[in-house]
Amino acid sequence: MSQRVTIDPVTRIEGHLRVDVEVDGGKVKKAWASGQMWRGVENILIGRDPRDAWAITQRICGVCTTVHALASVRAVENALQLEVPVNAQYIRNMIILAHAVHDHIVHFYHLSALDWVDVTSALKADPGKAASLAESLSTWSGNSKTEFAKVKDRLTGFVGTGQLGIFTNGYWGHPAMKLAPEVNLIAVVHYLQALEVQRHANKVVSILGGKTPHIQNVVVGGVANALAIDSQAVLTVERLLAVKTWIDQLADFVKNVYLIDVAVVGGFYPEWTAIGRGIVDYISVPDIPLDGKNTQFALPGGHIAGGDLASFKEIKTHNDAYFKDGVSESVKHSWYQGGKGPLHPYKGETRPQYTDFQEDGKYSWLKAPTFYDKPMQVGPLPRVLAMVAAGHKPTVDYATHALELVSTIAKIGLEALHSTIGRHAARAVACAVEVDELARQWDLLLASMAKGDLKTFNRPAFPKGEIAGVGIHEAPRGVLSHWIVIDDGKIKNYQCVVPTTWNAAPRNEKDEPGAYEACLAGTPVAIPDQPLEVLRTVHSFDPCLACAVHVVDQETRAMVSVKVA
Amino acid sequence: MRIVVLGAGNILLTDEGLGVRAIERLPLSYCLPPAIRIIDAGTSGMEMLEDLEGLDALIMVDAIRAGKPPGTPIRLAGDAVPVFFRSKLSPHQIGLADVLATLELLGRAPKYTAILGMQPESLALGMELSETVEAGIPELLRMVADELATLGMHILPVTAEAA
Repeated sequence: MSQRVTIDPVTRIEGHLRVDVEVDGGKVKKAWASGQMWRGVENILIGRDPRDAWAITQRICGVCTTVHALASVRAVENALQLEVPVNAQYIRNMIILAHAVHDHIVHFYHLSALDWVDVTSALKADPGKAASLAESLSTWSGNSKTEFAKVKDRLTGFVGTGQLGIFTNGYWGHPAMKLAPEVNLIAVVHYLQALEVQRHANKVVSILGGKTPHIQNVVVGGVANALAIDSQAVLTVERLLAVKTWIDQLADFVKNVYLIDVAVVGGFYPEWTAIGRGIVDYISVPDIPLDGKNTQFALPGGHIAGGDLASFKEIKTHNDAYFKDGVSESVKHSWYQGGKGPLHPYKGETRPQYTDFQEDGKYSWLKAPTFYDKPMQVGPLPRVLAMVAAGHKPTVDYATHALELVSTIAKIGLEALHSTIGRHAARAVACAVEVDELARQWDLLLASMAKGDLKTFNRPAFPKGEIAGVGIHEAPRGVLSHWIVIDDGKIKNYQCVVPTTWNAAPRNEKDEPGAYEACLAGTPVAIPDQPLEVLRTVHSFDPCLACAVHVVDQETRAMVSVKVA
Repeated sequence: MRIVVLGAGNILLTDEGLGVRAIERLPLSYCLPPAIRIIDAGTSGMEMLEDLEGLDALIMVDAIRAGKPPGTPIRLAGDAVPVFFRSKLSPHQIGLADVLATLELLGRAPKYTAILGMQPESLALGMELSETVEAGIPELLRMVADELATLGMHILPVTAEAA
């Protein structure tokens, strides 16, 4: 007898994701992912000045502000074939990388670690044993017995007040929670330390971007940061030295804490390397441009078919027709008027047609993107696999290091990455690569300034007639593309194909499931009204629905409902 | 004394962004001393941690759905604030509420928090406020000024002569 479990919403921050699963024999048989909010930002942009689009698109999402700003200016620059000064690229790259590092740390510790870590179990831990274990794995200075005892006391006091606050309503004591009390305590200590460390990444974005959460320095043609060796009013060497200190502290935490914690969690949950495989057709795009034309990149990207690294086909530039021609979106199962088959984003339409949730018909506000007619998975896993396939040495080294760490607890190989826990491991590997690259971009900027190059902006000029361009960005959650059509200097069409649209897509034109839907199939569910395992798989993607609704609701208290039918 | 007046909301969804729209206008309507910081938080979360820690007071301006007629001014303070922030059922929804809960855990939550806002009329797509909510903005700004006055911060309107 099958049971239907509905989780609505899975996250609150960026709009509403509803997940329906049909459970049979303790496992998910079929799944539906549904975006519950209409994101029609594209319609707001039509008729506006393309130079203003970035400031509007960065309001799509409260978490991914910078990524939409950058993809937008890249789209306009691509349409104009406008070159960007390399200094502007370095500054943008540092914002991109600092944001990515921030996003990955917060995702693991504050958004998903509690799927695996039982906070209440940490209260039973022996701080001395926890400290010895942590010290045996890492040189991190925050792993002392004193620190562990202090956190345990604080946690005991906090739980003793009867108000768990941030930890309220976790699935504490669930049978799928398997870590020893000491490991849980280590994770809680690092959860708190991560709160401190994430500020450094935010400060980097804030110094370079002028402000957070909404950066102000981006312009079509470069950045608005004036560079100077000594002046106070602008981005000086002194301020850049402060940035470097924060980068170094981030690197210490990412390599000596985050990467190791993910490996330890993975080692104690080896069964999760066999769950959540789903779609193994992967796509990522190259990013961190090293020239003004977006033809050379620090981090490669491309397409992998069927999970086979030998099939890797590189996407070489941001003008690569292989990417530009391959993307289309179907609305057969989405709440939009369709009937024209899958459309390329330049021709994309955003005209709503709401029908209610129809599991064989329309059931989501997300469109279903495909790459050469196939659904894809995007995100850190596709990114890491592409970089390994491309022979990117830092990625190969960190991936090998992570897998060796896990193997001290449970023997696994690269194949284990195609899974729910593998997505977490890949994100940590990506984060280590990104934090090193952040330091390298800092070096490149300083070297360029030392040569006397202080240029950060090339003025755009809009021609008469119609032009089109795409802004491509490998965002923390994967491939992001903004597609713009400009007519006589005004926006004629604008489509954003965001990472979560790829992953949380409904079924496509051929009724094939999207990545969440495919990856949920086979996920075990021990207790239907506590679907922790379903959340583990969905959270492994770092869901973000890019349409933040934020109304304070005084009437209905329940923001998450789990229904079992 | 460190006070933050924070505007929350999505300015792409008409009245959803009333908090941001209100705080944008605050410095145009009132003379503000340096101790008061105005922050446009949009719909962000953890990025705000540092800005909101160790505050003497946080005044959050936001759209509030309270089942009242559109444009009705609403003030939540005292016991209503923790009730409203405790309403989550999952540990995975990090928004501003979670930032405050995190600060609580760290022992660095604002000493005083008030939420001021209005019942929205429209949550449709668009960058303009509805007429009803637009008309209520001066009153909302007066509520912010009153709230600041109870904290001992008396702010004065920018007069026509001064402008």
